[in-house]
Amino acid sequence: MGQRVAMTGNIAMANAMRQINPDVCAAYPITPSTEIMQQFSSFVADGLVKTVLVPAESEHSAMSACIGAAAAGGRVMTATSSQGLALMWEMLFIAAGNRLPIVLAMANRALSAPINIHGDTSDAMGARDSGWIQIFSENGQEAYDNLIQAVRIAEHLDIRLPVMVGMDGFIISHSIESMELLDDEKVRDFVGEYTPSRPLLDIQHPRTYGPLDLQDYYIEHKRQEYEAMKNAKSVILEVAKDFSNRFGREYGLFEAYHLDDAEVAIVVLNSAAGTVKTVIEELRADGVKAGLLKPRVFRPFPAEEIAAALSGVKAVCVMDRADGVNAVGGPLFPEFRSALYDATPRPMIINKVFGLGGRDLGLHHVREVFAELGKIAETGKIETLAEYITVRN
Amino acid sequence: MSKLTLKELSKQEELLSGGHRLCAGCGASIIVRQILLAAEDPVVVTSATGCLEVATTIFPYTAWKVPFFHSAFENSAATASGVEAMYQSLKKQGKIKEKIKFIAFGGDGGTYDIGFQSLSGALERGHDFTYICYDNGAYMNTGIQRSSSTPIGAATTTSPAGKVVPGKMQHRKNLTKIVEAHNIPYLAQASPSKPMDLMKKVRKALATEGPCFLNIVSPCNRGWRSALDGAIRESQLAVDTCFWPLYEVEEGKVKITFKPKEKKPIEEWLKVQGRFKHLFKPENGWIIEKMQKRIDHDWEKLLARHEADQPVKE
Ligand SMILES: Cc1ncc(C[n+]2csc(CCOP(=O)(O)OP(=O)(O)O)c2C)c(N)n1
Ligand code: SF4
Repeated sequence: MGQRVAMTGNIAMANAMRQINPDVCAAYPITPSTEIMQQFSSFVADGLVKTVLVPAESEHSAMSACIGAAAAGGRVMTATSSQGLALMWEMLFIAAGNRLPIVLAMANRALSAPINIHGDTSDAMGARDSGWIQIFSENGQEAYDNLIQAVRIAEHLDIRLPVMVGMDGFIISHSIESMELLDDEKVRDFVGEYTPSRPLLDIQHPRTYGPLDLQDYYIEHKRQEYEAMKNAKSVILEVAKDFSNRFGREYGLFEAYHLDDAEVAIVVLNSAAGTVKTVIEELRADGVKAGLLKPRVFRPFPAEEIAAALSGVKAVCVMDRADGVNAVGGPLFPEFRSALYDATPRPMIINKVFGLGGRDLGLHHVREVFAELGKIAETGKIETLAEYITVRN
Repeated sequence: MSKLTLKELSKQEELLSGGHRLCAGCGASIIVRQILLAAEDPVVVTSATGCLEVATTIFPYTAWKVPFFHSAFENSAATASGVEAMYQSLKKQGKIKEKIKFIAFGGDGGTYDIGFQSLSGALERGHDFTYICYDNGAYMNTGIQRSSSTPIGAATTTSPAGKVVPGKMQHRKNLTKIVEAHNIPYLAQASPSKPMDLMKKVRKALATEGPCFLNIVSPCNRGWRSALDGAIRESQLAVDTCFWPLYEVEEGKVKITFKPKEKKPIEEWLKVQGRFKHLFKPENGWIIEKMQKRIDHDWEKLLARHEADQPVKE
């Protein structure tokens, strides 16, 4: 089944797009996601997809065009990073508020200033409250698999919310790895035919989208969006189950790695999880009960499941490859800390901001974090709640 | 494209219903009704944020009997690009058979200023749609702030006529000319006071393949500080003073579609609007002069281009 290939995360994402074969794709170039659209444009030029491309003059217009196209009634995709996602920010809310199932491939990158083109999750974190479902990927294979699943999630009638799928810029977007590409036919079967819901182009049934929604209705509409986001959890699992039945790779809301009996654990998104896994293997060989929780789905935030998975762990470190600049830690930290409020027994929890702007996370950094967690587990005392690591002193 | 006749138009259904919440006497509603009457094929409309949009779509009501999409302030053209792209895609796939036309609306703020980039991008990409700017010369919806279309000397809430600064101190941007530089197949200026001319232009724009642009002068009695029933009179004065020349540019050729018999001085247009009241104080006379000079200059140039572009009659 499928085909073993060696390709970059970007090319894998582009191939997922080719297999999904969207009706319209509007985008604007930005490093490190540019390559996705370049590759996809050549699929369009070679007639391998039916897609109409809109090479917009900015990300703001790219997302606006995606919104118009999705409302018109068809499958729509785009790709971006960093400043591009930031320029889309206003429109991200409009895509979600109009319940448009747009799918966005994202190579996560730092935000200016200072300008930096390398990998961190500041871009996605800036958009985390926009009403988009957010899925993250440890490697190219996951990015590819997640993008394919995203289409089904976004279009599910109980959801109809846009989905962004992230992977680390450069670390994954530009690294060649061995992975499996699924058969075109099988992907097509998996994503299925698109059925538009109340398309704008249905001229027999003229509808007004994006009206002025005052005090008497706005909150009800927002409530519907919230319900859709709540429904998303079970749909994401349903889609993952079907994916695993067909293709054999398992996905959940997060990956629990040696977490069952863990006494110390790290929470970290994207590619850094791979580094943490390597250290866990070493520590386990030495008898240290170390584990990892790698969030896959960050929106909706699976707080209950996280609390259950981490309860019983003595000390947890949430590692953020982005800073919320609230002076108490990165953006994942308060959410995980809040989820753990309901855990019994409740773990001790600390935060490390690391790897901003693509700074390497070394095995030794992870070993140090686990060592600190070991001390906390032993003494029951936290010395530093949150701090930067991987920085020069 | 069939010929426009009043008889034919009188039989058509109004596609912008009454009961919308635009101010009594607002030029925008007159313009939109004329446009929708002129459309032969079914249309899908996108709109920028602004008076037109907020006043016609107060949920759960809508005044639009055609599919309508409002997304944000600066992206009517970009949104229309997406809608049109999806139409092309679905048509190519045989999923849509009907002929549908696309109209994007924006006020002068949403077109000359914040939406300029998205307009320029969409024109360059060659989408098959018609962009219509209803130009009332200020951000009316947020309370009459200056835009880059506001005429020199006008008092707005962000360019008030004060003790030392007598209103807006810059000439307005000539967006129609800038749009022309995109080399699109058809563009024109129109006025609701010349409905047949306006509707002919709409029909031509919709029948033309590729991006088209119409700039339409749109009186706003709130912002212009003018009579509630003055919209048609004021828009005609804008034409008669050559402040708002009626012309079209088809495949690069200029044609003036209405030449006032006698070009009126700009004072005629200024004096019916309270926003220019202070210009009639002696110390501000220079502003009117400056404005007149610019109008004369632009009109002469337009006349010359018109002459040069007309086919030679043997
Ligand atoms: C990004 C953004 N900035 C500002 C606004 C506030 N705003 C809404 S409508 C408007 C002015 C609209 O002016 P114009 O386009 O001239 O249309 P009019 O209201 O005059 O019809 C402004 C500033 C907004 N909605 N979005
Ligand atoms: S403020 Fe002016 S443009 Fe807005 S609805 Fe009233 S008359 Fe029309």
